[in-house]
Amino acid sequence: MFARTESKIRLAVLLAILASWEIVGRFLIDPAVFAPPSRVLVAWWPTFAGNPKLESALLTAIVELVIAFALAVAVGIAIGVAVGISDFGRMTLFPFVLLAWGLPQVVFLPLVILIFGIGPASRIAFGFTHGVLPIIVNTVAGMRNVNPLYLASARAGGASRSQILRHIIFPNMVATVFTGLRLAMTLTLLGVILAELFVSSNGIGSYTQLFAETFKPASLLSLVLTLAVMAVVFNELVRLIESRFTRWRQD
Amino acid sequence: MTTQARIAAGTIQLAIVTAFFGLWTLLTQMHAINPLFLPALPTVGVALARLVVTPVFWSAVAVTAATTAVAYVLAVVFGIGAGFVIGRSPVLTRALEPVISGVFAIPIALFFPMFVIMFGIGPPSKIAFGAVYGFFPIALNTIAAFTMVDPLFLRAARSLGASRAQIFRHVYFPGALPVIVTGLRIGFFICFASVLGGETLSSASGVGHQIARQGELLNSGPMYAWIVIVLVATIAMNLALTGSMSRVRQD
Repeated sequence: MFARTESKIRLAVLLAILASWEIVGRFLIDPAVFAPPSRVLVAWWPTFAGNPKLESALLTAIVELVIAFALAVAVGIAIGVAVGISDFGRMTLFPFVLLAWGLPQVVFLPLVILIFGIGPASRIAFGFTHGVLPIIVNTVAGMRNVNPLYLASARAGGASRSQILRHIIFPNMVATVFTGLRLAMTLTLLGVILAELFVSSNGIGSYTQLFAETFKPASLLSLVLTLAVMAVVFNELVRLIESRFTRWRQD
Repeated sequence: MTTQARIAAGTIQLAIVTAFFGLWTLLTQMHAINPLFLPALPTVGVALARLVVTPVFWSAVAVTAATTAVAYVLAVVFGIGAGFVIGRSPVLTRALEPVISGVFAIPIALFFPMFVIMFGIGPPSKIAFGAVYGFFPIALNTIAAFTMVDPLFLRAARSLGASRAQIFRHVYFPGALPVIVTGLRIGFFICFASVLGGETLSSASGVGHQIARQGELLNSGPMYAWIVIVLVATIAMNLALTGSMSRVRQD
């Protein structure tokens, strides 16, 4: 009963947003700078179809995202475990991680471009630095959140350090680490996109620039919304993997 | 944590910081690294000292501060307003909270080119961008804050004959405040980073613009000086806000 009311409200709100977007885009804002959903829908296919360079730019961005995210996961979990495994690491090193986590990384963007150039390397690097921190933070937090009762009973049962890690700490970390991974997916894409947008001579940034300068908001929105859908798909992918890993919790 | 362990951790942290600057000095002294990527510490210091006495510095700081302030006020008003309306109704919360957090999982920076063609390259596009980015954490935390108020307290207050205003003043407000304040803090830093990011990507003024410009001119000394300024300002604001936040939490 509740579920039906909720999906009705959700649908109504989404329709209202779509309708006001259409009305505002059609009648109120200069069509040179904004487009209603109907125009975006019409513009979507021609934007990509006649444009193999844009398609390859999009594909490159996806590859950059995947590489940056894979690096962030590997390095982030490794550092997280190394820092979180001992009181020493948590007390001395973790504050530095939290310090870095609180800083606006975007101020380093021009420096990253300077060092890694305007190609994929800078996007991978910037995506990586955005993704790695939440993974470290959540891995460390996951290692800490273990119920002390489990640890005490394992020790009382004579479990070794590696057995405790393998059977108690690691399974307990999964949920927290995946929270970090989902956040990291969003942030890695953010880093990749920021670096793409900063360089307007190639990649996606050159197309957003082109569409903006030639007053093609419908094409610009087609590109941007395609990337947004991509973001949702990648997030759902992480969620799917998470449900595979946490299946044992339900049964 | 014992005092002894605290002192040991502090000493090691000090050693790490010293090692960081030592390595920086060593690398630049030995010319092991391109000074364009990592200028010598004294170079950055001199650039910093020169920078803070120029009128360009103060006008850039003023632009960024004013932009952030306006963006943040908008984010707070709309974020708390939406969060208040949604969070007090369980049905609206279940219907709309997943939509808001789902949209927040998409890097909103994707839409930045849209903001630029609609609002121009001046501060208004950064205000809109920062306000939209800051809206989400504030709204989500406000929703969470009102959802988390214990229904038992509400029932107790009602059965004691409290009026609606009294319930709000004495139950809802104090119960929700700590979580709302956390959202306000997160929202502020996201807002600030978004304004800086917008200025870095495309603008004609502000701190972010200065960093990007110095990078393009290959003036790594002044670029590092600007980065140091932003990092120090962020840490200072973080300490100040954490301090005032803990005061809110105590009473």
